[in-house]
Amino acid sequence: MWALRGCRCLRAAWSWGGSRLARGATGGRQIDQNPEWQLEEQKPLPQKKVTMELLDHLERLALVDFRNWEGVERLEKAIQFADQLHEVNTEGIEPMDSVLENRCLYLRGDNITEGNCTKELLQNASQTAEEYFEAPPGNIPLPKLEERESFLQDSN
Amino acid sequence: MAAPVSGGGRLCRLAWRRRAGALHSGAQPAALGREPGKVAAAQSGVAPWRAVVGLEVHAQISSNSKIFSGSQVQFTAPPNSLVSFFDASLPGTLPVLNRRCVEAAVMTGLALSCSINKKSLFDRKHYFYADLPAGYQITQQRLPIAVNGNLSYTLCVGAKQSQMVTKNVRIKQIQLEQDSGKSLHNDARSQTFIDLNRAGVGLMEVVMEPDMCCGEEAAAAVRELQLILQTLGSSQAIMAEGQLRVDANVSVHHPGESYGVRTEVKNINSLRFLARAVDYEIQRQIEELENGGTILNETRAFDYKLGCTIPMRDKEGKQDYRFMPEPNLPPLILYDAKSLPANIDDQQVVNIDWIQERLPDLPSVKRVRLVEQYGILPEHSFTLLNEDGLMELFEDVVRETQMNPKKVIGWVISELLGHLKQYDLTVKESPVNSLSLADLLNLLERGVISSSAAKQVLEELWKGEGKTPLQIVKEKRLELIQNQRELDQICQAVMEGHQEEL
Repeated sequence: MWALRGCRCLRAAWSWGGSRLARGATGGRQIDQNPEWQLEEQKPLPQKKVTMELLDHLERLALVDFRNWEGVERLEKAIQFADQLHEVNTEGIEPMDSVLENRCLYLRGDNITEGNCTKELLQNASQTAEEYFEAPPGNIPLPKLEERESFLQDSN
Repeated sequence: MAAPVSGGGRLCRLAWRRRAGALHSGAQPAALGREPGKVAAAQSGVAPWRAVVGLEVHAQISSNSKIFSGSQVQFTAPPNSLVSFFDASLPGTLPVLNRRCVEAAVMTGLALSCSINKKSLFDRKHYFYADLPAGYQITQQRLPIAVNGNLSYTLCVGAKQSQMVTKNVRIKQIQLEQDSGKSLHNDARSQTFIDLNRAGVGLMEVVMEPDMCCGEEAAAAVRELQLILQTLGSSQAIMAEGQLRVDANVSVHHPGESYGVRTEVKNINSLRFLARAVDYEIQRQIEELENGGTILNETRAFDYKLGCTIPMRDKEGKQDYRFMPEPNLPPLILYDAKSLPANIDDQQVVNIDWIQERLPDLPSVKRVRLVEQYGILPEHSFTLLNEDGLMELFEDVVRETQMNPKKVIGWVISELLGHLKQYDLTVKESPVNSLSLADLLNLLERGVISSSAAKQVLEELWKGEGKTPLQIVKEKRLELIQNQRELDQICQAVMEGHQEEL
């Protein structure tokens, strides 16, 4: 969203600066009066609609809470923004999975160098029992969509 | 040498029929695997079913330290004592690949005739579970280290289990991945305790194509894989200690139609349970479909006490693992003799050809050698390799005795192994060692004692009182009588004592 606003600002700046300087006496010669290129009209990006099933699926998978409709709108705008990537032509180019692709993967020798820090590790846990971590009961899946009270309820 | 019959390969020739009432009475499904090609008596006149079984085998790599961290790999240890900061997924830690795990995977790939990918990639597989502290597992989904291999295994079929059939199962891929921790449930108090000692241990996942058709084939294939892994040393593959875990994917369909919906069966921790679980699931699916029901694409757990599979409550619907490339690990590059770079540290290079040259003899090769060298039957060499240590004992005995190996094998398998099975002992625990047995067989060979006397001596030796066979023979006066006149006298006495019969 901020990027769209930014584009608008730039466009505004361009037209504002151009007209001002064209009028002004000094700086006018430094600006090319006949530019060879044009700023392309910004195509309105295709709207992305997110279905309820997809929202439910995402909430289960990633355990996020979209909380209210504004959250959903933000998600849709984010998808819209990321879709700009499709405008780049990547035909015939190998995908890059890691910026480390030219580095060698370092191989470590099979030696025992770590461990025996039970006390330190257990310090971080809120619940422990005799050197075991105690986990909350799980996995309790989220209840089905119809039964959920708090799904997108918190609209203000 | 009996020519092994080549099996059907992809399509299993046997067809399944539903056994009326089989599942409800808790009886074992019919042993249809015994006679390939033969169909069990039709129960309800319905078209035959064909079952398809695919396996995913996770083998724990035998190494000193874990695959991405330097903490120790050990089966029993105080809880959470073999855990590093990386294993506990504390922020700021990074994975560093263990060289030994790469070598183990390459060895296994070469032994299973796979093509080794010189470049392989690591990915993250995301799911939430208490024993996976990071919330993801580092695995190789896009480009695993080895693909397109083959595993040959043997089945004993026929009326007396004497005919050996060779079957093949294709290996789809072998990948390196991390193990998760262990969770212990106290359902009574709704408590779950987590021990991360196992979290981060290196695993090789061997994915087999669905070329098997029944529990027996699945168990035989896994047994052969187990023997191969143990021979290579890449994994100790002890199922009881969780070093070899098998998940079975089972589905049924009518011949000629497309494959049915498959279910995944987990929680199988022995070969026997594997065969039973697969057979039960096949029968369950057949019954369900013949009753007009449908099969859900779900995960089921095998309950070994009840001998059946039950749906697992945690896995609902299709899991979306949101795979993404592991950003902290660049691609893994392996080299061979041709592509070996000149100015690189030895420690950083894994040379596929170097490993290939040093591969030990695989079980199948050893079996052929035993048959050729000693003239024994293929099913005997199969038994020798199936029992840990038996082959070495047999070869030791043959070396120490003058008896023909073809006779020795009878003693080793029928008598010695028979006794071991009776008392539930392993070869290592045998009270009779190769030297004692060799002495005994020498006495037999020289005609000092008879065959039945030798069996008696073996019984005495079994008590483990430290006597030699010769001592026992003398004590029990089991020597064969050599004196001709003495024999004549005895025969005469017997005949005189039984005039009526004569």
